[in-house]
Amino acid sequence: MSNESKNVMIGLEVHIQLSKLKTKLFCGCNNDYHGAEPNSHVCPICIGLPGTLPVVNKKAIEFATRLAIALNCDINNHFWFFRKNYFYPDMSKNFQISQYNKSGGKAFADNGKITIKLNSQKKDIILNRIHLEEDPARLVHKGSIATSPYTLVDYNRSGVCLIEIVTEPVISSPEEAREFLKQLKSIVQYLEISNLDLEGSVRVDANISIKGYERSEVKNINSFKEVERALRHEIIRQKNLLKRGRELIQETRHWDDKRRITISMRTKEFEADYRYFPEQDLVPIEIDNNYIQKVKDELPEMPNERSIRLRRDYLLSEFDSDNLVLDKELADFYEDGVNSEASFGPNEYKQYCNWLMNDILRWLNEHDNILKDTKIHPHQIVDLINYVNEGKITTKIAKSIIDDIMKGFSIQEILEMKNKKRIFNEKLLRDLSNEVIEENIKIVKDCRENPKAIEALIGRVMGKTRGQADPHITRTIMNHLLKEKGIISKNFLKTE
Amino acid sequence: MFRENRREQILHSFVNLSKEKAFKKAKSLDKDLKENKKIGRLYGLPLANKDLICVRNFPTTCCSKILSDFRPPYNAFVIECLVENEGAIHIGNTNMDEFAMGSSTENSCYGPTYTPWDISRVPGGSSGGSAASIASGQAILALGSDTGGSIRCPAAFCGTVGLKPTYGRVSRYGLIAFANSLDQIGPITKCVYDSALMLEVMSGKDPLDSTSVDTKIDNYTIEIKNPIDKKVLGIPKEFFSEGLDSDVESVVRKAIDKLDSLGAKTIDISIPHLEYTVATYYLLCMSEASSNLARYDGLRYGDMSDNLSGDVYDVFSRTRGEKFGQEVRRRIFLGTYALSAGYYKMFYIKALKVRSLIKNDFVEAFKKCDSIVCPTMPSPAFQIGEFIDDPLQMYIADILTCPVNLAGLPALSIPCGFNSNDLPIGFQIIGNYFDEKGILNIGYQLEQNLGIYRKIAPITKGGK
Repeated sequence: MSNESKNVMIGLEVHIQLSKLKTKLFCGCNNDYHGAEPNSHVCPICIGLPGTLPVVNKKAIEFATRLAIALNCDINNHFWFFRKNYFYPDMSKNFQISQYNKSGGKAFADNGKITIKLNSQKKDIILNRIHLEEDPARLVHKGSIATSPYTLVDYNRSGVCLIEIVTEPVISSPEEAREFLKQLKSIVQYLEISNLDLEGSVRVDANISIKGYERSEVKNINSFKEVERALRHEIIRQKNLLKRGRELIQETRHWDDKRRITISMRTKEFEADYRYFPEQDLVPIEIDNNYIQKVKDELPEMPNERSIRLRRDYLLSEFDSDNLVLDKELADFYEDGVNSEASFGPNEYKQYCNWLMNDILRWLNEHDNILKDTKIHPHQIVDLINYVNEGKITTKIAKSIIDDIMKGFSIQEILEMKNKKRIFNEKLLRDLSNEVIEENIKIVKDCRENPKAIEALIGRVMGKTRGQADPHITRTIMNHLLKEKGIISKNFLKTE
Repeated sequence: MFRENRREQILHSFVNLSKEKAFKKAKSLDKDLKENKKIGRLYGLPLANKDLICVRNFPTTCCSKILSDFRPPYNAFVIECLVENEGAIHIGNTNMDEFAMGSSTENSCYGPTYTPWDISRVPGGSSGGSAASIASGQAILALGSDTGGSIRCPAAFCGTVGLKPTYGRVSRYGLIAFANSLDQIGPITKCVYDSALMLEVMSGKDPLDSTSVDTKIDNYTIEIKNPIDKKVLGIPKEFFSEGLDSDVESVVRKAIDKLDSLGAKTIDISIPHLEYTVATYYLLCMSEASSNLARYDGLRYGDMSDNLSGDVYDVFSRTRGEKFGQEVRRRIFLGTYALSAGYYKMFYIKALKVRSLIKNDFVEAFKKCDSIVCPTMPSPAFQIGEFIDDPLQMYIADILTCPVNLAGLPALSIPCGFNSNDLPIGFQIIGNYFDEKGILNIGYQLEQNLGIYRKIAPITKGGK
């Protein structure tokens, strides 16, 4: 597989809406259209009424500058916008104001890279360029495009600022693509230029080829999660064709996320001619080095910087800190939490990280949710760790109440609600242990040969108490009883 | 205000009148005066607006079927300045070549306009309706737009004043684009003073037009009266070469002599690349037009084909085929072709290079002189239908005006005399960047000395 994947070449074109802008790219309309009434965030400019003119949103230039700096791109000091001409019902003007890096045109910034880590190996994904353009309107269909009796056009999205990030074709597997997008998402989140969890805020086109053969371009991949899936499908499709001795042609394909296949849209002969030429309603943009420096000075801490700091301040491993910083909200939550408890030290820092990265994250994935949409508070994890460390609850119970914690209940409340307090009552535990010994003669006999069989007996006591029996006391009692009966001679007591 | 109806029936300078609103506005202005409220600098002056400058809720159609009954929900910047701020009264929109594409006002979906000096002839174009409305005394102020001569040509043919300001001097917000790197709004009036006044009121930086320039606005109405005895006027020899009508040449030369007698110094200069301007101009304006006019597909506004069969592209094509006139379609085809892969470098990029050569010719010329004087049009108004089937001949008529647009310079056309058929002849004064002050000054002094601007157009069929 690794040998084969070396022959795969993938280049991505990632379009990200700069959703944290207040207004659209070329007019004063409210950028935050998500959930709004269709065609309520529009003005004569973004629906392209005759006589209107675009004016560049300065904040969009600043956001793009932030991203270019964070991705180590070379920002062009002087460039202008181009018109990309084509007819489509989602276009308000039947041309899109974009940038073009040919015919004397320049992108916003060239080059740059994102370093990914896969199977503990580092790799630089080299970028070709990033540029700004306006988003077209949204077409709404009833069901699938093919069968819908009508198409509705919602211009709320028309004119929203997109930034396009184009990689070189250096990605060699769907997994690498996934890691690249993970890092990119993280950087965008830290820069506070976009919320990529918003529906429609990301669109990816992928160029995929097997070395030595024609490439195909897969369009319409509408979320980061879909990318890996679409790439995997397209690589298999191409390889299968080759196996059958068929030829690969240069073509544009469409990712159908319902059927999870790519469909041919057009071949090279029918490739659109966009007739790019300069947009002369806008004056050329000048970005001087002082401006770039100023934006650089105001940049927030980036994920890689934060990872180093977390290793230093909380003695986390590189693996833990790298994973923790990926999601800014998760990392903020972590720091809020561990800093809120003065008594915490390296052990607790590590425990807190584990809870977050394992149990909380799993819960979020399973529920397809994000941290800020739940009611969990950073201090609840502090309480959880304290409860476990003080022996008030078992780790098993702690894990079982995550669902309630995510709903915002305090540990105290949850335990009262579920009556899951530990049973410390030694008489009750001794009676139960005796019951277990009588009921499980076979296991008791095993204890003579295999001291570890005692765990099974303790487990039975736990079962009878629905996990509420205090494990230390139960173990002590069980040891004691077995010794009394001459089953075991040594004391196997050990700490949990 | 509308007592001129008989003239209008003959000339057809307007395509939509704003009677009710105009009367209402006049009444409210009357009231303002009685109540001693502050009144604007254009108080009560009737304004004729070219049918491609947006007026809120008023049909603004570019004289095209594709925009029939399009009512913009906003005012153009210039309408705000003239009407909302300074008290002019918008009386209606004037006829023009469809999307400003033409030099005769014959390419209008509403039919042609006739020049008031000889109603068998064209008023020039594309702002023919605006110029005719001024020449016939139906309006005091008129707005035009000039992409390759569309203000100056009808001004010359109708014996009025027309000013094309420097590109960026007047906001284009609300001007429906034909070729956006060349288009500029300007005034058409009976005399230079009125144009100076309009320019004073509508110039300046508009935050909604990135290409509008924040530069000093002179007191044109005062400065036009300055003496011109220190001016150096350049006479470009290429503008007087073969193809120039002999009457035009002699009348323009006489006007130059007049300026000479007023103390201005004249020198010979050269614009060597003039012969390439028409080809360059048409390549660029058609390329830009092919993109600017792409938005008219009938989906959001304007008219759509009645036949909606087929897919969306069929409907787009059918709508555009039915609703655009022949000249507009011709220019969209040619412009699309010029921008296509494989031809782009050969045509568009080359035209841009020639454009900068032409611009440079003017930059060099203005090192030697303050303003350039020459004819506006190579001939007086031609007959209706004379060139309608010969687009190339029609295009060549722009040879003396379109270089100014390619360079982005300001230029004024004023009437300087008549030919043997009593048709007016236009005198063009081209200024350096943002030197509207200079050309208005020369124009005013020449106008006052010639005295012909008071002559009234007969609105009859011409003699010979």
